[in-house]
Amino acid sequence: MRLIAFLALLLAVPLAAQDSLPPAPYAYQQLADPQQEAQAQALMQTLRCLTCQSQSIVDSDAPMAGDMRHEVRTRIAAGEQPEAIRAWLVERYGDYISYAPQVSAATWPLFAIPVLLLLLAGLIVWRRLGKRA
Amino acid sequence: MIANFGLAALWLAAALAALQCLAGFAALRGEGQALAGVVRPVAVVQGALCIAAFAALLLAFVWSDLSVALVAQNSHSAKPLIFKLAGAWGNHEGSMLMWVSIMAVAGGLIALVERRLPEPTILATLGAQAFVGLGFYAFLLFSSNPFERLDPAPAQGMGLNPLLQDVGLAFHPPTLYLGYVGLSVAFSFAVGALLTRQVTPEFARVMRPWVLGAWIFLTIGITAGSYWAYYELGWGGWWFWDPVENASLMPWLAGTALLHSASVLASRDALRAWTIVLGVIAFSMSMVGTFLVRSGILTSVHAFAVDPERGTFILALLAIYIGGALALFAVRAGTVAEGERFALMSREGALVVNNVALSAILGIVLLGTLYPLVTEALGFRVSVGPPYFNPVSAVFAIPMLLVLTVGPLLRWRRDRFERVRGPVILIGIVLVAVLAAVAFFYGIGLLPMLGIALAAGIAVASFMPLRGRSLRRLPLPVWGMAISHFGIAVALFGMAADSAFTQERLIAAGVGQATEVGPWQVRLDSVRPVAGPNWTAIEGRLLAQYQGGAVYELTPQARSFWAPAQETNESALLTRWNGQLYAVLGEEAEDGRWQLRVWWKPFVTFIWYGGLLIALGGVLALIGRVTGDLRRRFARRKIAARHVDAMA
Repeated sequence: MRLIAFLALLLAVPLAAQDSLPPAPYAYQQLADPQQEAQAQALMQTLRCLTCQSQSIVDSDAPMAGDMRHEVRTRIAAGEQPEAIRAWLVERYGDYISYAPQVSAATWPLFAIPVLLLLLAGLIVWRRLGKRA
Repeated sequence: MIANFGLAALWLAAALAALQCLAGFAALRGEGQALAGVVRPVAVVQGALCIAAFAALLLAFVWSDLSVALVAQNSHSAKPLIFKLAGAWGNHEGSMLMWVSIMAVAGGLIALVERRLPEPTILATLGAQAFVGLGFYAFLLFSSNPFERLDPAPAQGMGLNPLLQDVGLAFHPPTLYLGYVGLSVAFSFAVGALLTRQVTPEFARVMRPWVLGAWIFLTIGITAGSYWAYYELGWGGWWFWDPVENASLMPWLAGTALLHSASVLASRDALRAWTIVLGVIAFSMSMVGTFLVRSGILTSVHAFAVDPERGTFILALLAIYIGGALALFAVRAGTVAEGERFALMSREGALVVNNVALSAILGIVLLGTLYPLVTEALGFRVSVGPPYFNPVSAVFAIPMLLVLTVGPLLRWRRDRFERVRGPVILIGIVLVAVLAAVAFFYGIGLLPMLGIALAAGIAVASFMPLRGRSLRRLPLPVWGMAISHFGIAVALFGMAADSAFTQERLIAAGVGQATEVGPWQVRLDSVRPVAGPNWTAIEGRLLAQYQGGAVYELTPQARSFWAPAQETNESALLTRWNGQLYAVLGEEAEDGRWQLRVWWKPFVTFIWYGGLLIALGGVLALIGRVTGDLRRRFARRKIAARHVDAMA
């Protein structure tokens, strides 16, 4: 009995620790190189905070957003390309994490419809104005 | 007691709406003429009853009548009066009652004052207005009764979310609702004109003040909402392309297009069918916005599926009104002739580009807002955000803004390029020079660069239509147009400058430590605890110095509310003419240092100044239109009186 209680406590430690853990270092710290920081910033603005409602990870105090900022900054500092990081995150968390939809089987209407709108707009302007001057 | 009175008034108003609807439509046929006389008085009484019902709800909140379920859920007897009142519309049922009341009052107003259109058109319009109203009465009375009672009444109410106890937020929903409902009036006029085949310039002139009024409220609502998100959320962003924001942007886009096409119809008797369709679309966007915000679908499609009653109700109303109006249009389209013709190089031609581009942008915002909801319902989730909306809408916005610089200079019907060559070349030079200068001196993104250049071009172009005219005799609507267009330039410049030149500094600062952000030196002077009425906070005192000049103080706070328990960051803003310094105090880091976020945002305030200028232009135009109409009416009455005298 005591053993089980001890094991339970042991298992509970990481859970209890999670809340009081200080935020990962790069959650609230910028990269020293301004160019790299700008790259990271541009990428982070287009990543969704998964635990918030309609916020990017730069716009959130949520712990998960902080961890993701740390992840992005660390990888940028290590010289990874922003789009490679995005691809890695999408692979891990799904399309939902990226505010920049990529053309895929699930998203093609997002790109096809504006093209249609463009053609339609051109057609309307041409028909209304082109014919009878 | 007061709740019973309110509910009775609401039922009576609903019954009168049914009568108004029947009588208004019956008057279109020969045998229904007998009922024609009741439509206007019924509309006025319906409006008065709705005012009574809404006043009853307000009184129930002021008196904290806790036997009313809505009061018990949203109020507390110890709340300040202003938030008791705001509590009446800060919830689903109360806000729908407000919607219905504004709509009924608008109908009553039309019935009282509007005499310019043929009587059958007005009666059909009032019938359509009552038909739309009936749907909302049904919604209120059957699924969202604001006067529902509790027995026994609880001893105390549950209070209002502290974040919502903000004066700005108290007036945000009424502002947007006035805009939405104004567009419903435009919709009713469009239906009335279609039914009686009276799509005339006079129809456009009568509808225009309503569209203008709605558009002013929407503009103010969007501008205020954007500033609220900027200072309250503590991350310095001002537009997130969030579905809730898009819900207010879409009616605005449609309303802007409608405003411009209505002015073509009013002045030139062209674009008849287009104006009707835009009137229908503008109100559909109000309904889509209401559906998105009120159905709960945004929190999660699944939450919506669990309790779909309200959402499906609004969706059904949307289908009935919009489907019905479009079907009517399809039947009548043949009888609505296209109207006067015009050349590409004409004021109408430029306004067609405006209309097409605004409609396309509206389509993109609608697509980007609804697409994630559709895919979520199908089982996979995607996100659509700024990287999609910004460039895709820019494809249409940039040509539209270029045409905006020239359009107001052109004559109606047909014009020659030679006539406007001078101003066009001047605007072109300004545009290209600014573009080259920005490209040469600053390495910024393409969109912000184009934004700044277009802003400069539009700013110069907006006052070009005033050249060579007597400024004292210039009609108010022309002033309004110039100021609104100038406001677009101002807002565009603010947006571009903010996205291109914002500087951010994140540090863990010890007390006494300084950092630099842009032209500012910011020092953390002290950190101390403070307490408010329902919160405690840690307050940082920052001393900021602009380029070694005067020292300013900023006091950002990290607040903890205790009922309900919630942590918020109160940002501190320091406004200079050329930008804002924005500071947020974060958590305490190790070894007694504090997380500090500081931004220098050059010219960010121009975004909201621009929004206010756009609205101000609308107000001037509205005053000009209404006083002009009153003056004509007065003159006509005088002539009639003289005529009677001569007869006698």
